[in-house]
Amino acid sequence: MAIILTPTAEHKVTTTDGLWMSASDAEKVTGWTLKPEGMCLAERCVPLPVTAVKDKRVDVAAFWNKLGGPVVAAENGEVWALGAPADERNAALEGLMAPDFTLPDVDGTPRTLSQLRGRKVFLATWASW
Amino acid sequence: MWQALYDELKDKGFMVVAVAEESRGAEHARPWIDQARKSSESSYWQLIDTDHRLSDLYNLVNVPQAIWIDEQGRIVRPPETAGSTDHFRRMDLKTRTMSPEDQAARLAAREEYLDAVRAWVNTGKHALPADAARAGLPKTTREIAEAHARFRLGVWLRAHGDPVEGDRQMNTASALHPDSWSMWRQAADLDEVGKASGPDFWKRVQALGDRPYYPPPKL
Repeated sequence: MAIILTPTAEHKVTTTDGLWMSASDAEKVTGWTLKPEGMCLAERCVPLPVTAVKDKRVDVAAFWNKLGGPVVAAENGEVWALGAPADERNAALEGLMAPDFTLPDVDGTPRTLSQLRGRKVFLATWASW
Repeated sequence: MWQALYDELKDKGFMVVAVAEESRGAEHARPWIDQARKSSESSYWQLIDTDHRLSDLYNLVNVPQAIWIDEQGRIVRPPETAGSTDHFRRMDLKTRTMSPEDQAARLAAREEYLDAVRAWVNTGKHALPADAARAGLPKTTREIAEAHARFRLGVWLRAHGDPVEGDRQMNTASALHPDSWSMWRQAADLDEVGKASGPDFWKRVQALGDRPYYPPPKL
């Protein structure tokens, strides 16, 4: 079992030898589907190296690296994080549509930026530290 | 912090979203938020971001930074310092006070920034054309992308009983993204509130030399 953190979610999946997992778990974690042409998301398919797929199991670390995303792990090998690829972050910002997000307010109510369409939004960070 | 601005402009199609970059959890931000709420009946959004997700999405490096977003959801000003200045770097560290001149200049700069927000809401002034907004965007590198992944991992490990490994991941994150004051300060600030502005913080600020801690907005 491994815990895999993505930028917005946390998954618990059965893995072997690093991040090898079933194609269905790979889809759950990454959103990408294993097809004959590679890993696919909507119309886009990324071919997998032959060493990264076997018996309908996928090496998600190899796939994620191929996408250009960081794959990091805690020393114990039980908790991993898959980060967003730098190119994806840059492309999203350069498109100038404010990247959407959902975060809780202090009472736990989830709030989504795009709910505010139609208003000018001053989006500011702060911290108590 | 933004309540007066929100109260003044809320009937003009304006909203404030204040996001606390608070890896230690909501309880650390709550006293400030409760205090702001008491003063007013309706409030703007005060969100808690334990994973610094906003910093990852918008490539932010410090607080306070602000992004201006128009009615269509488009970024019209890239991330910029939101009303803070570098005058604090000249304060007397023993008494933690600034000279009257610096205090006045600091307040004037803050008021100038708030005036710019008011002008944007009232007339659209200061909204940048697409090319200029794009030119001001910070670039995410592979190192920065890895830093965000390690930061997320570090926060998780700290929250799940492994502070030693969590600290190690956060320190690696900070080393990968040295421009991020938020990562450095959250990596430093585990046990003690205030450690993030202790002697090590001041040393790191001094090491900036002529470079700004809070780059002024290009209004």
